[in-house]
Amino acid sequence: MRLDDLLHSTGEWLRGEGPESDVVVSTRVRLARNLADFPFPNRASALQCGEIESLLRERLQQLSETWQLTYWPLHRLSDLDRQFLVERQLISREHAHANGQRGVAIREGETISVMINEEDHLRMQAIRSGLQLDEAWREINRLDDELSERVCYAFSEEYGYLTACPTNVGTGMRASVLLHLPALTLTKQMEKLLRALQKMNLAVRGLYGEGTRASGDLYQISNQVTLGRSEEEILRSIRECVSDIVAWERNVRELLLREMRSGLLDRVHRSLGTLRSARMMSADETLELLSSVRLGVILGLLDDLTVPRVNALLLQTRPAHLQKIHGESLDSEEQDAVRARYLRAQLRHVQLN
Amino acid sequence: MKCFACGKQATVHVTNVEPGGVKKELHLCQACAEKMHLIQKKQIHLPALVHALLGAHLGPAAEELSRLRCPACGISFLEFRQQGRLGCPYDYIAFRKGLYPLLERLHRRVEHRGKAPRRRFLNSEDQRQVIRWRQELIHAVAQEAFEEAARLRDCIRRKDFHL
Repeated sequence: MRLDDLLHSTGEWLRGEGPESDVVVSTRVRLARNLADFPFPNRASALQCGEIESLLRERLQQLSETWQLTYWPLHRLSDLDRQFLVERQLISREHAHANGQRGVAIREGETISVMINEEDHLRMQAIRSGLQLDEAWREINRLDDELSERVCYAFSEEYGYLTACPTNVGTGMRASVLLHLPALTLTKQMEKLLRALQKMNLAVRGLYGEGTRASGDLYQISNQVTLGRSEEEILRSIRECVSDIVAWERNVRELLLREMRSGLLDRVHRSLGTLRSARMMSADETLELLSSVRLGVILGLLDDLTVPRVNALLLQTRPAHLQKIHGESLDSEEQDAVRARYLRAQLRHVQLN
Repeated sequence: MKCFACGKQATVHVTNVEPGGVKKELHLCQACAEKMHLIQKKQIHLPALVHALLGAHLGPAAEELSRLRCPACGISFLEFRQQGRLGCPYDYIAFRKGLYPLLERLHRRVEHRGKAPRRRFLNSEDQRQVIRWRQELIHAVAQEAFEEAARLRDCIRRKDFHL
């Protein structure tokens, strides 16, 4: 697998299929693990980071055939390629910008990624489109079991899996669900929802993780508590909560269709119109406009587009993807012009009904 | 609600429930919270928040905790408080006194109920020993004490857990 081979697909998380995919974009379950006999990455010397990386890379290579994993040493990739992996949700921003020997193993189809020397020695995640918490958990659990037969993890009977940050100790598990909530956002229900989620000890983040703004009406909901509850208990609480949110978002969408049909039609078509005709277009504005278009497609207001097609545009207009498609690096003003041109070309043939 | 530090409108509210259920509240405006590094550019800064919460509950035990240092990786409890990141797995034992109340606050129940690794895991004594050797090895190499470095490498190799 070459990195550029990924360029023209969207990967698993934007496939636009799976249960509840009208509201749930994707599901992710990640596990944090550490070797028992090394300092955590932030405290490890350059030499130790190298030892950790080669040990774990070697163990992953033993599994690479059955698991179809390809390994990328991040310290040898360009900034652009690392940013490209961040945009595909295969590595974290922190992992992209860190120093020292580190890497990522990616499964074909991008359903699994395993980061080495992120905040913990190992961060492995399974990704699924739609709401598939159990499937994602089962898969990453199996990989974790196989790895745990080949290395000695830092684990204690009392605290569970030991992690660099006490917020991850115990199961080391963070399960997150990426939701598209345009109707709840439009009707200003989000603040109410955020307050309720906080009370349930669930965290809400934007598309690209900790500290990012929720652009494009995309919200990531994940568990905060990792200790004192089993993996199944954590997954159950998220599943129940997400089902409620999905039902709520659907209700409001139906209400909007019934009571504000012309307003909604106007919004969807204006968004599409802007995407088809603008001469300068930022990445964030693209996300916002595509959110309305995506809603229009799902509600049957636009016949000529599909959700996977909208998702592909969402990804391909992110800065690193755009520059790789264009074939050279661009400053942000050039990016805006190239992005607008790309969107015009991609949407030229869409019929407005 | 007014900012505790400057009296302007407070927009950042930190509530710390101490063991025994005593609530301590801290109200700050955006600017003062940023000054105290509790938040950065409207984002929550987790290490600093952990730091603030820890500092709030420490009280009289502060001095004892400030003297704690991990015998394996060498990080002090204060360094952990500043960075919000632990140095090695043995810190969970070395810093137990300071960590336990924090874990209680973060997770409520401090008792692992999830899965366990299939393979045996290290007892904490071995863990402390090997991480200690690894740190001594860094010093030995830096000081070009090659015989000592070779001895330490042998010790570590004999305990290889990842076979």
